[in-house]
Amino acid sequence: MSDPENTAVIEMRDASVGAMRDISFIVLEEVDWSVAPGEFWVVAGQQHSGKSDLLKLTAGLMSPVRGDCRLFGAETRTFDETKLAERLRVGLVFAGGQLFNHLTLRENVALPLEYHRGLPPDEAARAVQTLLELLELTPLAEVTPANVSGNWRQRAALARALMLKPELLLLDNPLAGLSPRHQHWWLQFLDRLWRGHDGCGGRPMTLVVTTEDLRPWRSENRKFALLRDKKFFPLGAWNDVASTNDPVVKELMAATVEWTS
Amino acid sequence: MRGNLAKAFGLANTEWFRRAQLPKSYTDLLGRKLFLFLLTLQGLAAFALITLGVILRKFRTARNVIGPRIRQEIARAGVALLPMFLFVALALGFLVIGQTISALARVGATEYLGSTMVIVVVRELGPLLAAMLVLARVGTAHVIELGTARATGEVEALEALGIDPVHYLIVPRVIGMAVGVFSLTVYLIIGALVSGYLFAFLQDVPLTPGDYFKQIAGALGWLDFVLLALKTIAFGFFIAIVTCYHGLARPLRLEDVSRVTVRAVSQGVIVCVLIDALFILLYLVT
Repeated sequence: MSDPENTAVIEMRDASVGAMRDISFIVLEEVDWSVAPGEFWVVAGQQHSGKSDLLKLTAGLMSPVRGDCRLFGAETRTFDETKLAERLRVGLVFAGGQLFNHLTLRENVALPLEYHRGLPPDEAARAVQTLLELLELTPLAEVTPANVSGNWRQRAALARALMLKPELLLLDNPLAGLSPRHQHWWLQFLDRLWRGHDGCGGRPMTLVVTTEDLRPWRSENRKFALLRDKKFFPLGAWNDVASTNDPVVKELMAATVEWTS
Repeated sequence: MRGNLAKAFGLANTEWFRRAQLPKSYTDLLGRKLFLFLLTLQGLAAFALITLGVILRKFRTARNVIGPRIRQEIARAGVALLPMFLFVALALGFLVIGQTISALARVGATEYLGSTMVIVVVRELGPLLAAMLVLARVGTAHVIELGTARATGEVEALEALGIDPVHYLIVPRVIGMAVGVFSLTVYLIIGALVSGYLFAFLQDVPLTPGDYFKQIAGALGWLDFVLLALKTIAFGFFIAIVTCYHGLARPLRLEDVSRVTVRAVSQGVIVCVLIDALFILLYLVT
């Protein structure tokens, strides 16, 4: 039997990824990717390169069109209610948050805990309050998502994903549209999560983020990959990224578009 | 979870037909309409069975979350509509029943009053009118809410949290609407019968309240109560199924929401009429 400690968190072999909105439209082909426990991956790509669909496939929201995708050793193609335990080991933060608009931020954060754990109300309320305080969301807890800025919506989405203390956290373009102060907070907080945050169980977390701007993610501790021309290219550590001559990587590092007349 | 929605909507992918070129002849058009109708029917049937399955299988799952949502939906499809239904009951009584009573009295046929009232109000007009009003007031809201939730990715977010969208979004709406239509129909019938008599009384129809209600009670059999309950619950269940199905199935974009709302309402009306016809057959057989 394989050792659960060393089983790859994410394992893709020759996987083809379809678009969530139309599975017959292939956005990525022949993806070979393995993520070990405790790694921090940054997957970069331009708009419409398939970043969101790759994360949704990884989270088990859809099956690969071809090939194999495993999460904690379990085939995601068969992710149904019998594999709920595996599903709950993964947290997914969507681009823009995708919070439930009819619920307040507190109710949004509490929902997974109330649905899956069925804790007594006071115990559940305490756990939710702790997380809200950790993410500085307490003053906005009773407000609905439509009435807070994108900065706080994104943070509430992070709180919701962390509520069940996942082992793997997938974040789709988490810094997009955030103010510099919030971006700084996110980089610090994700780094603490990766190392093991006391407020989230204290266990080091495996992280995968997607981005269109590589600059904020510069770090020797992270692994990088690039999505380009429907292909997945592992780039290695930051030194390898910095030394590459790939024009797309250069553009993602500059993160600016040069307008020519 | 993921499978539940995919199963229902994968069965009834009507987009190919809708996007295809216009047919060249009337027979082609008729054939295409027939295929569309059958595919939609298949999708609706699958969705109804899946929802029933989830209701039974997850009866004890997350009751702390689903219970309050069911109460909320009962309030929305029932209690919140009570003032409007009382107004409609008064109007129905004054406009239709009162005139029927006075017409019967004029030709000396008041002995048929009970059976006429039971057939017109209890069996037909009451349940159908209640179903149409709930479809208009709550069914449309279902399509818009679910269509928007689907288009803005809330349904995906539920799946990512391991929450079955059918259990969280559909089951409370289906139960709420079934209970709502049943309760509102009872209130509508009682209100209409009482206000109908008041109108007849104002017109000096020689009929005492005792005789009036004795005739109605005499014309009502146990089967009327059983079929009334079954019919109204079926109305509520299928209106919720049709509106939720269209809300969740098609609108992957916000601009689709208004189009599917119109489609859901027309199909809701057709489903109610078909259920009504089925119950007429049952009345005739029994």
